[in-house]
Amino acid sequence: MKVIGQDTPRVDGEALVRGNSVFADDIKLNNVLHVKILHSPVAHANILNIDVSKAQALEGVEAVFTHKDFTTHYYTTAGQGYPEPGPRDMRILDSTVRFVGDRVAFVAAKTLEIAEQALSLIEVEYEELPTIFDMEEAMTADIVLHSESGKTGIHDAAHNVGAHLEAELGHVDKALESSKYVFEGTYSTPFVQMASIEPHISLTWMDENNRLVIRTSTQVPFHVRRIVAEVMGIPVGRIRVIKPRIGGGFGGKQEILNEELVAAVTLKTGKPARIEYTRAEELFAARLRHPELVTFRLGFDKNQILTAIDLNILENCGAYGPHALTVMSVTAQKALSMYKAPSIRVNGDGVYTNLPIGGAYRGYGAPQAFFPLESLMDEAASAMNIDPIELRLKNIFKVGDDIPIAKILGEGREGFPMVLYSTEVAACLKQGRELSGWDKLRGQKQNGRYRRGIGVAVAGQGSGIPGIDMGSAFIKMNEDASFNLQVGATDIGTGSDTALAQIAAEVLGVPVDKIIVYSSDTDMTPFDTGAYASSTTYISGSAVKKAAENCKTMILEQGRLLLDDTEAVIEGTFVSGGVGDKISFEDICTKSFYTDEQKQIMGTASHMSYDSPPPFNATFAEVEVDTLTGTVRVIKIVSVTDAGQIINPKMAEGQIEGGIPQALGMTLSEFMPFDEKGRAINLDLNSYHIYTAKDMPELVVRFAESHEPTGPYGAKAVAEIPINAPAPAVANAVYNAVGVRIKHLPIRPEVLLAGIGKAD
Amino acid sequence: MTIQFELNGRLVEANAAPGTTLLEYLRDEEVHSVKHGCDHGECGACTVLMDNKSVNACLILMYTVNGRKIETLESFSTHKELHPLQKDFLHEGAAQCGFCTPGMILSLEALDREDGATDEATIRDALNGNLCRCTGYVKPVKAALATLQQSSRTGGDA
Repeated sequence: MKVIGQDTPRVDGEALVRGNSVFADDIKLNNVLHVKILHSPVAHANILNIDVSKAQALEGVEAVFTHKDFTTHYYTTAGQGYPEPGPRDMRILDSTVRFVGDRVAFVAAKTLEIAEQALSLIEVEYEELPTIFDMEEAMTADIVLHSESGKTGIHDAAHNVGAHLEAELGHVDKALESSKYVFEGTYSTPFVQMASIEPHISLTWMDENNRLVIRTSTQVPFHVRRIVAEVMGIPVGRIRVIKPRIGGGFGGKQEILNEELVAAVTLKTGKPARIEYTRAEELFAARLRHPELVTFRLGFDKNQILTAIDLNILENCGAYGPHALTVMSVTAQKALSMYKAPSIRVNGDGVYTNLPIGGAYRGYGAPQAFFPLESLMDEAASAMNIDPIELRLKNIFKVGDDIPIAKILGEGREGFPMVLYSTEVAACLKQGRELSGWDKLRGQKQNGRYRRGIGVAVAGQGSGIPGIDMGSAFIKMNEDASFNLQVGATDIGTGSDTALAQIAAEVLGVPVDKIIVYSSDTDMTPFDTGAYASSTTYISGSAVKKAAENCKTMILEQGRLLLDDTEAVIEGTFVSGGVGDKISFEDICTKSFYTDEQKQIMGTASHMSYDSPPPFNATFAEVEVDTLTGTVRVIKIVSVTDAGQIINPKMAEGQIEGGIPQALGMTLSEFMPFDEKGRAINLDLNSYHIYTAKDMPELVVRFAESHEPTGPYGAKAVAEIPINAPAPAVANAVYNAVGVRIKHLPIRPEVLLAGIGKAD
Repeated sequence: MTIQFELNGRLVEANAAPGTTLLEYLRDEEVHSVKHGCDHGECGACTVLMDNKSVNACLILMYTVNGRKIETLESFSTHKELHPLQKDFLHEGAAQCGFCTPGMILSLEALDREDGATDEATIRDALNGNLCRCTGYVKPVKAALATLQQSSRTGGDA
């Protein structure tokens, strides 16, 4: 292969390093209205009265919206396929508010300052209602968050259960009873914020044909179009969504967060509108990773082979349930796709609380699965006196294995059968063992103030949502043998435009700079479900490969016509006939445009897959625990990944290198506490501490490549996999250092210190 | 309030209401490489050079800019030629989403102009005020090492 596997510079790289005007906010709209949201200051209340007259009277205010301005229509802000698998439990503005940060009203004004001033003039009378902040109390509380009729998809509104999950294969209770060893542990993972450096920003205007244009920092332009059309009651065909370059998404922009508000302003006033979240709003009024309280029971036979996995999940949805069912499903799917056990069972409830809303965040339920699972595997290894790497090698799924959970647990419905065609997780463990110095570091005994330890964890993810995610591509040829590649696939900073250009270039036999990529514009590009579920390389990449092949077939046919030789073949960028005649791609296209057999040479294709081959990762963490302060310093992370064939090594490394500090943040530095009224406390990036350049440990990133037969050129996904294993690897390393089991994230010094006191 | 200062080599006169920040002014003037990320001097996306030092434009009130020299990434390249830091960022794949990239490059340029150490620890110090959620800082640090160590060897401007 000439292009696949090469470090092609990013197709958008030069524009980015120049700082060109490529992001959503980098355009100037004349007479734009600035939109601000009045967020609820209370966690649960009925709005008895809302008086906007003073706000409306303020000079420069053009529109004020409250729940009275909208008919009662319930939808979900989750940017997912249709019909959405989760509950439809949210209105654009409601007469009840359910968390501190919920929308009460929004205003549009000529300046941001006037909009802010207008918010302060809105008078709201709240009837405060009792609250639920503890997810463990949600199902038994005498409080109901979503009692209104008309909401759909809520599993059990009376008990605040937004989503429920249960599945069993084999006989878990029997298997556990007859197991030689049974281990049980309960663990929790916290609220975590995606913290993309570019906040959510959306701009709208009416174009020259009076169609609504939405330029927005989104991962899901086609879902934005569909959902805004639905909420505003206008046809999809009256809306164009443009996705420019995106300043990071990580799942946070898989949400229709504010697009419908600016759309409402522009549709009402006819004027352009702009909304941008402040950093504080990002932290209390955007979306967060769902906290989960997870209990695993693992049964092993006398040979340390798993007999059963029993999994119980309690998921905190926050006030509404976008992604409620699917995040929890992914927790179960990924946890039960790692190790082979004859009996498996999952029982899960996603419950409502009066806290901010859980959404999609990189890993999407999988980090919530692997922190508990991989911690308990470590406990099991200690208790059974077996090396943790050996225990994993004994139990992992191998090539050719059926992964039965995939069939019974799909995306909100039954799934599809799944066979593992590629896995190099054993090679990941082997490489990581050597690179991390596992054998040397594992046995070190220490008694001083600073104690070092090493831990390991493995994890899997998926490559797209089987049977649902669909991508499509259109390629047309130009007379200099360059090609326009138009894809709905949504590059959110991952480099997918480049990876897709590489795939097209490989098929067409041209350099990557001959591929001109244009992505994610609902008027200009074919459909794609969007950038989530690690789907772009695998799903959209397959669509691009097929479209390029179709285009290439047409080049060949056209070349044969022009040479009048039905046996001619493609050689490089020529079509060559039997008697030495040949015609270049350039001449074929030029003649097709202007003189002979005139037509546009082009190819289109779509791709959907019933397979979702898991990429795998093994992460080794070396830590140092300060036994005086209880702080943990990560010294080194070795992360070895099987993502199939790597399309672009530098970009793939970049995905891993960026995923690790997000995971370490969840483990050690990012903390989202709430006060007794349910108000988020950490509302800036000094207190909500994401990793800085100086916080970083040494990173060693490697790939153990496999060839995935169902993927484009053997590729699997790489975007989410790095975020799953670091947390348990660090926790296991802490245990190795000081003998304390971490059950709850983030690791808090006071908890660790108390544990060290007991362990010593 | 009328303020005179040098912006990217050009003398400009700005009328700014009291309380206007340099970030608000620059974005209003469509100097788009300067990004808005937090308004609190925490993320570094709005980093600019003020008299050769890197500062967060969101924390700089316009009246304090009077008589100063302000540089943004717009002045770093011509339509044909990239600045060495830009070249190395491109080559190393140091820009992922690219939103924090302008700020990072300016922080590194300020370090280079100080003409001090260019080891990895110093580079990480210089980048500590530029938050990035994509790269883990691995490739930006690599790109910075490539440029700055070349620059310190040749003794010239990077």
